[in-house]
Amino acid sequence: MSQTDTRKPTLREWLLTDTPTSRFHARMAALYNGWLTLRSNTMAMIGLGILLFLLLIAAFAPWIAPMDPLAQDLGGRLAPPGTDGHILGTDSLGRDILSRLIYGSRITLYIVTLVAIIAPGVGLLVGTVSGYIGGWTDAILMRITDIFLAFPRLVLALAFVAALGAGIENAVLAISITAWPPYARIARAETLTIRNSDYISAVKLQGARPLRIITKHIWPLCISSLIVRVTLDMAGVILAAAGLGFLGLGAQPPSPEWGAMIAEGRRFILDSWWVATMPGLAIFTVSLAFNLLGDGLRDVLDPKEGGS
Amino acid sequence: MAVAENNGTGRRASPRFLKVLVKILKTLGSVLITMLGLMFVTFLIGRVMPVDPVLSVVGERAGKDVYDAAYRAMGLDKPILVQFGYYLWDVLHGDFGISLLNARPVAEDIKRVFPATMELATLGTFFGVFIGVPLGVVAAVKRGSWIDQVARVVALVGYSMPIFWLGLMGLLIFYGILGWVGGPGRLDIFYEDLIPTRTGMVLVDSLLAGDWTVFKNALSHIILPASILGYYAMAYISRMTRSFMLEQLSAEYITTARVKGLPERTVIWRHAFGNIKVQLITVIALSYANLLEGAVLTETIFSWPGIGQYITTALLSADMNAVLGGTVVVGLIFVLLNIFSDLLYQVFDPRAK
Repeated sequence: MSQTDTRKPTLREWLLTDTPTSRFHARMAALYNGWLTLRSNTMAMIGLGILLFLLLIAAFAPWIAPMDPLAQDLGGRLAPPGTDGHILGTDSLGRDILSRLIYGSRITLYIVTLVAIIAPGVGLLVGTVSGYIGGWTDAILMRITDIFLAFPRLVLALAFVAALGAGIENAVLAISITAWPPYARIARAETLTIRNSDYISAVKLQGARPLRIITKHIWPLCISSLIVRVTLDMAGVILAAAGLGFLGLGAQPPSPEWGAMIAEGRRFILDSWWVATMPGLAIFTVSLAFNLLGDGLRDVLDPKEGGS
Repeated sequence: MAVAENNGTGRRASPRFLKVLVKILKTLGSVLITMLGLMFVTFLIGRVMPVDPVLSVVGERAGKDVYDAAYRAMGLDKPILVQFGYYLWDVLHGDFGISLLNARPVAEDIKRVFPATMELATLGTFFGVFIGVPLGVVAAVKRGSWIDQVARVVALVGYSMPIFWLGLMGLLIFYGILGWVGGPGRLDIFYEDLIPTRTGMVLVDSLLAGDWTVFKNALSHIILPASILGYYAMAYISRMTRSFMLEQLSAEYITTARVKGLPERTVIWRHAFGNIKVQLITVIALSYANLLEGAVLTETIFSWPGIGQYITTALLSADMNAVLGGTVVVGLIFVLLNIFSDLLYQVFDPRAK
């Protein structure tokens, strides 16, 4: 199977090789193979496409949005879609709904990014320490994890926000506090299987300390299963954030947060359906995209879990 | 797995019974710890809140001596663990404190509103089971067919849709435009207080009173929120049923049954489905627990006077006793349902070693 010709391989051949020549080469080859599998999954690619689109919209919001999302026009309030250049209509203060949705994508991405960093981070730390050290540390940390798992997530988040006060940062905090335990479980399970493997013994014999073993040799191996879980969880995070916003506990007015926009449109639902409908569609699209991408990633990174 | 273990000879039967007993005791022990932790977390939430609990009782104008007296009377000068002890004592005696909003005991309020939530979640679970289970089975049997795809899409949409938005859309379409169902609330206003409250569940109470018009009205009000909750339960249950069934259908005993010439219906429903029943019951218990949570937002949309609406109203008026009382109750029920499904699995499924 080895290549005998001496010409320089193309990038594609270089990436598809069976005999990587360096660590970097091997890593790139693995990534490319994963990408090829993911690319063949149409649904996952649709999800990825939607998310990239959202990213672009959020990045270029000031240039894309046709109007100022906060500019009120009481004369043109509750205008149906299509009136006066308001493609999606206006809300009860005459603000352009499309512009508010576009700016709202920034808030959604902000929340999702923060939770996606905090929750798996905490979970990874707790899970690997718990799994590697074992004994009492493990017992206590896992009990704590169980306690947080025992709460219904939204209700716990509600109670936290009630105590901390309404606002975006507190909503992020509350969602993260309720979201980390599953990551800790996953990281612990991975650690337990890795802990006794030969290469860890080898590193130990070379004199590596637990801190180094955990951060350099265990963390990298936990990452792929965490990524899958994060992607699948993001839909839930978006829904939770929107739920908090809807109850008036997340982003505060006049901020164009999608959940809060639905809450505002609720009062006019029977007469002006578009005010609540449009932000709901936006939430639905984005969380659907995360679900699609998560399913695809699971097939690539974690084939044993895949359903089909 | 565990083939050798289950050779149920008489000599081995009693150790197995002992093993189950030990397992149950262990589970109960960890349940107790979890519940204790759950109450500790709620207790701490109550302590970190920026509202001064003393001020909210004595008012802004109280003098220093009154304030101090109240401070001591509430036990706030004691160490935090002692305070937690007091809190635990109160909760165990069914005392969640007094609601700041209506000056009634929180426990009484919760007892009053809880049946409404139960009614909603139970009906929702019924929908979820009666549609979700057959859908999951068919999707597994006809894997890859159009019906499998539809089931997949239905579940994906369920996982991705904000429940409060779906509720609003349901109200808009079925109540606002089509007028097929009743609006928010449990009954039309002129039907209220017509029947005596026995269980607190309007459907049951009206049946007990034999009042069909009230029953019909109540049904028209509950059908929409219950089907919306049921949709979420269905998404979850159908997915789980499908993957359980796939696991069974690929087993060798199914091939044997087919080779023997058994009708396909017997193979699927008697053999394969028979083996996933216990797993399914645990899934249904979990989905019921999830519905209690989903009820929080749904009740807000439908002005449904259950525990979810109770918690959210309390939240908005910073009535912390009510919020924490509601949180503890929902949390405890959640834990109990989880434990129940776990125990069921341990006891009835020999595969769970």
